[in-house]
Amino acid sequence: MSSTTTQPDDTTDERLLHRSLFSRLLGRPELGSVIGAVAVLVFFGLAADSFLRSMDTVLYAASTIGIMAVPVALLMIGGEFDLSAGVLVTASALVSSMFSYQMTANVWVGVAVSLLVTLAIGFFNGYVLIRTGLPSFIVTLGTFLMLQGANVGVTKAIDGTVTTKSIEDMEGFSSARAVFASTLSIGSWDLRVTILWWIVLVALATWILLRTRAGNWIFAVGGGGPAARAVGVPVFRTKIGLYLGVAVGAWISGQHLLFSFGVIQSGEGRGLELHYIAAAVIGGCLLTGGYGSAIGAAIGALIFGMTKQGIVYAQWDADWFWFFLGAMLLLATLLNAWVRKRAEAAK
Amino acid sequence: MKSDDTGAPSVPLVEMRDVSKYYGNIRALEGVSLEVHAGEITCVLGDNGAGKSTLIKIIAGLHRHDAGDFRIEGRPAKLANPRDALDRGIATVYQDLAVVPLMPVWRNFFLGSEPTKGRGPLRRLDVELMRRTTYSELLRMGIDLRDVDQPIGTLSGGERQCVAIARAVYFGAKVLVLDEPTAALGVKQSGVVLKYVAAARDAGLGVVLITHNPHHAYLVGDRFILLKRGVMAGSHPKPEITLDDLTREMAGGGELEQLSHELERAPVPDHLGGHETGHSA
Repeated sequence: MSSTTTQPDDTTDERLLHRSLFSRLLGRPELGSVIGAVAVLVFFGLAADSFLRSMDTVLYAASTIGIMAVPVALLMIGGEFDLSAGVLVTASALVSSMFSYQMTANVWVGVAVSLLVTLAIGFFNGYVLIRTGLPSFIVTLGTFLMLQGANVGVTKAIDGTVTTKSIEDMEGFSSARAVFASTLSIGSWDLRVTILWWIVLVALATWILLRTRAGNWIFAVGGGGPAARAVGVPVFRTKIGLYLGVAVGAWISGQHLLFSFGVIQSGEGRGLELHYIAAAVIGGCLLTGGYGSAIGAAIGALIFGMTKQGIVYAQWDADWFWFFLGAMLLLATLLNAWVRKRAEAAK
Repeated sequence: MKSDDTGAPSVPLVEMRDVSKYYGNIRALEGVSLEVHAGEITCVLGDNGAGKSTLIKIIAGLHRHDAGDFRIEGRPAKLANPRDALDRGIATVYQDLAVVPLMPVWRNFFLGSEPTKGRGPLRRLDVELMRRTTYSELLRMGIDLRDVDQPIGTLSGGERQCVAIARAVYFGAKVLVLDEPTAALGVKQSGVVLKYVAAARDAGLGVVLITHNPHHAYLVGDRFILLKRGVMAGSHPKPEITLDDLTREMAGGGELEQLSHELERAPVPDHLGGHETGHSA
């Protein structure tokens, strides 16, 4: 966050005073989503009595989207999409579950194999994208459809049904559950461990984006690929890395699903990729790449969580969730566009 | 006039002898020769399709030449990619590709060659150094930026070119290749850019200035290479040619006269607003 770093004295310029704190805030990609989050919080705080007392479930709902929204946001800043992200979560859980069950191995072996397979799929996405030069929309749509079919097809072939066998009584399950799906009670709140994973990922992604060479390259390949290549940025490596990041997020999410329930529904995950993308866009990521932030994506995910649980606590029909979400997406994007224009004109 | 400390005749930074490049059966460049010396500006002039871009791409490491001799500081050059060219001291500033518009100026300045501090997982960008250096380097080139944090897209076209030039100078380029730096700019902005081109020359760089504007070229150039349909149409040191000759040669002399003749007589077609001539009334 450039606005929070201290300026060295010799670059301070008296004209900088003209750029107030307000216009600096306007320049942040997260602003639109922060305003939206506050609005949603106030709205459901008033509409549903128990909403504010149930922040633990809100945060849990937000974290399940947020763990994926962060790497998806980075990928979008790098100028690419991943439509396979939703079913990749399910695929990752299925690999872990089936490997452990079929090999009668410690579940941690399945977890490790799952990481390798998930990373391989992420690598495949990136590699095909680079080698063929096709748009990522097409490449990952292909992966999405293939995975969707393979998830159910393989599960049916091995287990005979669309649901995997429970691995709950297998060796290592309790320690894996502690890592991926435990609950910590603080006062009256039951905080799920995914919230911790989420916060760690947001911090890590923010560090990478703003303070490392890789972060500079992510912004550059998304904002101007040919220019980045011309000054020697490793464009291929950066994009492959971004797809691997999505794979890591999918792996964490998949293991969480598996160790929460012990079984996996192989048809799940469809449509979730759009949730991740929507959260990233609400958080200020440009669809065209080169602009956005991990914190923004986290706030986008928080809006998801609040809307989802808020509608439950307000005792409305759950389908209104979609309506709210669509409206949020439109409003946040419009607000972001307006804010960015203002920020650039304010100089 | 250029000689190093020992008094021996200097080796050109970049030397091309009869360089040719073919794309399939298309002759993009044939038998082009040029020399770039330190502290000199070599202008390459030509119309669209004359082979200017091909020439640049060879020097910048994007394409390999098919025939002829291409040397960098006296040694035969085989450039595999732009990074190779950069490592040999050749920096190319493309007209449109110079910068990433949404990124702050300081991030653009160091893009691809970011300084870091710390080690292991704590290895991070030296943000303070980056911001301070960007500010002072631009100031040295005469650009007083009020905020290195502003997206570079908010700078004017001329300023963006200047940032790209300042960047090349800072990273120790010996040869600066500029692709039509003034093509999209107004008169005043062009003047600003040409000033920085001259500043780079005074800093001891060899400059290759590609342009189709003989007026801009003549203001700063030390020698002029004219390209026409992929072949050399002329090569002149500045003392041997006047601006008028350069302009005429550039425009193709006789061709221009014929064109003016045609323009005088040609009726204006309807779809180009021909009604103003009373043609469609």
